[in-house]
Amino acid sequence: MNVSDILFYFLSALAIGSAILVVISRSPIYSVLWLIVTFFAISGHYIMMNAQFLGIVNLIVYAGAIMVLFLFVIMLINLNTDAKPQKGKWLRLAGTVAGGCLLLVLVAALKNTEVKGMGVQVGTGDIGLINQLGKALFTEYVVPFEISSILFLSAMVGAVVIGKK
Amino acid sequence: MSTAQHIWTVIGVLFVLLNIAAGLIWVERRLLALWQDRLGPNRAGPLGLLIVLADTLKLFFKEDWIPPFASKAIFVVAPAIVAGTVLISFVIIPFAPNIVVADLNIGLLFFLAMSSIGVYSIVLGGWASNNKYSLLGALRGASQMIAYEVFMGLSLMGVVMLSGSFNLGAIVEAQRDLWFVVTQPVGFLVFFIAGVAETHRLPFDIPEAESELIAGFHAEYSGMKFGMFFIGEYLGITLISAMTVTLFFGGWLGPSFLPPLVWFILKTFFFIGVFILLRASLPRPRYDQLIEYGWKVLLPLVLANLMITGAVALYLKDS
Repeated sequence: MNVSDILFYFLSALAIGSAILVVISRSPIYSVLWLIVTFFAISGHYIMMNAQFLGIVNLIVYAGAIMVLFLFVIMLINLNTDAKPQKGKWLRLAGTVAGGCLLLVLVAALKNTEVKGMGVQVGTGDIGLINQLGKALFTEYVVPFEISSILFLSAMVGAVVIGKK
Repeated sequence: MSTAQHIWTVIGVLFVLLNIAAGLIWVERRLLALWQDRLGPNRAGPLGLLIVLADTLKLFFKEDWIPPFASKAIFVVAPAIVAGTVLISFVIIPFAPNIVVADLNIGLLFFLAMSSIGVYSIVLGGWASNNKYSLLGALRGASQMIAYEVFMGLSLMGVVMLSGSFNLGAIVEAQRDLWFVVTQPVGFLVFFIAGVAETHRLPFDIPEAESELIAGFHAEYSGMKFGMFFIGEYLGITLISAMTVTLFFGGWLGPSFLPPLVWFILKTFFFIGVFILLRASLPRPRYDQLIEYGWKVLLPLVLANLMITGAVALYLKDS
């Protein structure tokens, strides 16, 4: 096992472990913090695959901005009581059924995939570098890219309109 | 660079930075005293220099108290985040042609990512203290830093357009003929203002505003945990000054009668002085004024700057 393999397994274990902790943490604040750790691990994977730009933007946008807003809201809603939402019997049953269905679908979908080589292919491809990504976005995929940016703009305008009321 | 040389660079940068952060205690007090027509610290040692030692010793030996009503784990982690993220940001700064810890091709984005992670230290510190004033400080800090992060990122994109790279070494090289402060004056001003807000220094120290919030987000902290916030702030000043120098004032470039490293340090210290002068001379704005100023003045300004820079760069490239 070389260094990149060790790093890969470490990051994967970190990502999965912290993702599980997001779900089972009692306090929403801890859930958010574990989610941030998950984002760090995923960024690590991006960087190992030579997609430094994607990795660092993942950190800036998700860990740096969106999660801070999450924390902001949670801090305002749930000041110091250790909120343990009481879930009814039927809600739990529904949750179990829905989760079981998802598991079934995932198992069925992934049953026949073959695992091509273990670990991560370090430094292969350069689509995640700024130059290549920019060229791809503004030539090959320019229409979907512009449409999604208009979508974002309309969401922003909508937020401002609702906020003005 | 060989491995040994690399390790020495890392150790050297860390050593110098931590000493600068401690030394700034003295520099700031003396300069403030000078500008406010006082004497400042002048008892311990020559010119009061030993106040650095006295202050550090005091911080180390103070009782390190964790309030029983705080969330312990988060309370302990919060001060480490600020010092950690700021120190890691220094990794990408080219101090001289050969002195850089990691020459990343996304250096500038790395800096922005680290400064956005730094917000957590205020938010978590304020929340974990379980104190009304701390929480208010944390909320103010979060909204202030998220807002000013946006302007900071946008103000740097002009520099990126002109130099065509996110690599700080390449950005410095691109300034050989003309410093970017000449071509990007608006970018420089917005970056510096946003930098003051990001390090939450006076006049933008709204999250800790002593006269309103006791000490804001770090009201419950004592001993070396408070010391981490304190050092984080001084390191933040150094970082923003060093980034300003690298991006807009030609980094280590300068007339050849002084070595590049000396030029870099001189320019950085000039901006540290400007930070302290701002503290000495400007009053603190109200919280809503600060946010309004950001979104209604700085954002349009920086967007216009971005568009004009892009247009001019495109025009010059075609002709």
